[in-house]
Amino acid sequence: MTELALHILDIVQNSIRAKARKIEVTIMENPEDDLFVIKIQDDGLGMDETQLQLVTDPFFTTRTTRKVGMGIALLKQCAEQTGGSLKVNSQKGAGTILEAILKHRHVDRPILGDIAGTMTLLIGANPLIRFIYIHQTPLSSFELDTLEVLEELDDVPINDRDILKALEEMINENLEMIEASLK
Amino acid sequence: MSMKVKSLADLKKIKDEVQEKIKLREQSLQAEHIVQIKVAMATCGIASGAKEIMSYLIDELEYHGIDGVVTQTGCMGYCYAEPTIEVKLPGQDPVVYGYVTKEKVREIITTHVMKGELVDGLIPVNYKTIDE
Ligand SMILES: Nc1ncnc2c1ncn2[C@@H]1O[C@H](COP(=O)(O)OP(=O)(O)OP(=O)(O)O)[C@@H](O)[C@H]1O
Ligand SMILES: [Mg+2]
Repeated sequence: MTELALHILDIVQNSIRAKARKIEVTIMENPEDDLFVIKIQDDGLGMDETQLQLVTDPFFTTRTTRKVGMGIALLKQCAEQTGGSLKVNSQKGAGTILEAILKHRHVDRPILGDIAGTMTLLIGANPLIRFIYIHQTPLSSFELDTLEVLEELDDVPINDRDILKALEEMINENLEMIEASLK
Repeated sequence: MSMKVKSLADLKKIKDEVQEKIKLREQSLQAEHIVQIKVAMATCGIASGAKEIMSYLIDELEYHGIDGVVTQTGCMGYCYAEPTIEVKLPGQDPVVYGYVTKEKVREIITTHVMKGELVDGLIPVNYKTIDE
């Protein structure tokens, strides 16, 4: 995949499939320490020990439509190509945390890409899930929590087209400021 | 929307602007009366461009003034034909299209959704294979 945002879209599908009510996506960027960390945490069904052992294996899936599960394996491969790593922690009934550590300055690190569009697509298609997006750099940070958005919206649905466009713009505006702080 | 939205306070202003518009829209937004489109969003779909197709579907429905919901679904079992989408018109059985491009999206909307005529690219559906 050409953008990290697409990997994030994909990993979040796992959380949705695990019936998460709350999904937190955190990005920590630190070019000076050569770190680009993606953390995705959910409160879904979780996995038991055996499943967890196999989770980065492309031949492990609980899908019934096919025999391979590529999502986590692909992101792992991507992280490792930059000299980084991926780990997953999970507990049955409690939820799952996936953390991918990439080298910020490595030539093979894909760009983050359209994360604002990705988050708003997810929010629009899953209005009942609480999404939290956190983006941190050493000098600044941005956080969007759809629970706070809902409070501002009163009875206006969060998946209304105009609201989603405004959210997308809000994420982009803030990320521009954050990226500027890195230069 | 002229001002830039940078904070929740800005969002609140937008909300007030669109609240009236939403009230009008709501009346037609009952599930049985609108077109429902699902985009397969498993790894194979995403790797083949499902995100772009989903955004484009949303934009094109809006462009044609069609009330509809575009959501995502799991693997429908047609990895070979990604991106795939399921289109359901009010009161009809859903159908699945494969190898969906932007061009195909335009055709599906102007011909299938707006005129009720099927277009090329249908995949024979076996609903037992859906994996949410
Ligand atoms: N957040 C999660 N909560 C619970 N189970 C998970 C989670 N993430 C992954 N799993 C389990 O790990 C398996 C492998 O995940 P992975 O994303 O690699 O492949 P997949 O989702 O099965 O298929 P694909 O990603 O190719 O569409 C899943 O089928 C699921 O059983
Ligand atoms: Mg997956």
